[in-house]
Amino acid sequence: MCRSYRIPGLVVAAMAILISQSFPLQAAEVTRGAMLGTSCAGCHGTDGRSPGSIPSISGKSAEFLEQILKGFRSGEIPSTVMGRHIKGYTDEEIRLIAEYFASM
Amino acid sequence: MSKLSRRGFIRLAGTAGALSAMGALAWPLGGCQKKAKAGGRVIVVGGGFGGATCAKYIRKFDPAVEVTLIERDARFVTCPFSNLFLVGGRSFESISHGYDKLGDNYGINVIRGAVTDIDAAAKKLTLKGSKTMQYDRLVVSPGIDFRWDAIEGYDEAACETVPHAWKGGPQTRTLRKQLEAMQDGGVVIIVPPGNPFRCPPGPYERASLIAHYLTQNKPKSKVLILDAKDKFSKQGLFMQGWEKRYPGMIEWVKASAGGKIDRIDMAKRTLYAEFGEAHTGDVVNLIPPQKAGELAHKAGLVNADGWCPVNQRTFESSVHKDVYVIGDASIAGQMPKSGYAANSQGKVCAAAIVSSLSGTAMPDPSYVNTCYSLVAPDYGISVAAVYNVTEEGIRKVKGSGGLSPMDASDEFRKKEADYASGWYASITADMFS
Repeated sequence: MCRSYRIPGLVVAAMAILISQSFPLQAAEVTRGAMLGTSCAGCHGTDGRSPGSIPSISGKSAEFLEQILKGFRSGEIPSTVMGRHIKGYTDEEIRLIAEYFASM
Repeated sequence: MSKLSRRGFIRLAGTAGALSAMGALAWPLGGCQKKAKAGGRVIVVGGGFGGATCAKYIRKFDPAVEVTLIERDARFVTCPFSNLFLVGGRSFESISHGYDKLGDNYGINVIRGAVTDIDAAAKKLTLKGSKTMQYDRLVVSPGIDFRWDAIEGYDEAACETVPHAWKGGPQTRTLRKQLEAMQDGGVVIIVPPGNPFRCPPGPYERASLIAHYLTQNKPKSKVLILDAKDKFSKQGLFMQGWEKRYPGMIEWVKASAGGKIDRIDMAKRTLYAEFGEAHTGDVVNLIPPQKAGELAHKAGLVNADGWCPVNQRTFESSVHKDVYVIGDASIAGQMPKSGYAANSQGKVCAAAIVSSLSGTAMPDPSYVNTCYSLVAPDYGISVAAVYNVTEEGIRKVKGSGGLSPMDASDEFRKKEADYASGWYASITADMFS
């Protein structure tokens, strides 16, 4: 029953995009940014949307978040607990966290 | 999370494969296309801080995975903020959470039931009533149980009159009723266990908030802590707070000074130490030594100490393949047994399971713990840390974390008390909605 058809490359690429959008994820790969970012959600809420007194960080620009986080780390921006947390992350990790929440 | 943003962070490994396979420009059409098998079946047993979080994040990371959450109770009553309930600062309703949204929002199949047996070799578990279920991966998040043989005279029946109140639920109400019924001038005795145990600063927050209640309602009363340890979590901060807010009201007796209790006379509510004097309380809150939750024992997931050894990168059991143990029951390196720790482990475990089912690489784990305690409703203190995995297991990242500063301003303490409430709102939403 099976027959192969030869199809131009562009059509194949278009089909691949369609397939990737219409089918659920077939093999999800969790990124390092998601690994780091989801660990913040215990305080800042799922996807950075906080229902209470802790600031929401969802959808803020990556540059802004990176700047704030580095400010907490240097002590330039005063904080209660963030200064203690952020000392646990490298510049690269801070960038990934900032990008993660910027994309939410 | 929007579709677009998810694509940014959860890459479609399948797409790359599909594209390269089609590089030959051969595309099978018609009925020959085989739909990839769904992402696999995961069962999570226990819907607390670890289990509820893990179930939700598996579905967030990969909606193709089928997730069933099995929980004994209709609603989960949290230990965090139960100390505020004890003294009238919160309603019982506000510390109770249902599972409906996990079904509605994430498509998790929530089953109310008790697991009686796990057959790890056959990847099968049995529910009370003998229904069996198959899994590809199993997550066990059973919390703690008590060592009823540790203190002479204290057993499961005894906790009805001398509550532990160390699991949220009816015990929490029992202790509150006793505090309310106590006469002014009474003595409340709290007996914290030795390490390791659930929520290391919890007994001292409890002492603080009870003192707050007594100061306002029964000011001639006392709180006596008879401790099985010589030091405790956030000790300096607690003691400074006690001195400031409740001078002379809270007395702490360390183990080596006669605080370690090994017997109770239930009829008199009298506690006997290994050495030193006996103490009688009007209200006694005895928190017994602990072990991993009963199911972990039944399933043979524990070591000789009664806790569950795991691969600290993935939380897969060191005993049974494809079975994962998270939360208080697990041995998690330097992480404490806290709700935040269990929440954080639930996410790493979710990532590990999704990666193993889809055959993709798991990113290096990163863990966080943030733990607030209330010295008074407007006086918060915290301890925090970031953890990663080294050859020795989960270790605190050097230079990260630590305690709130000593001698901080009232404003700083108030802010941390507000953040404690904010934390509660966020983490319970992160688990249940």
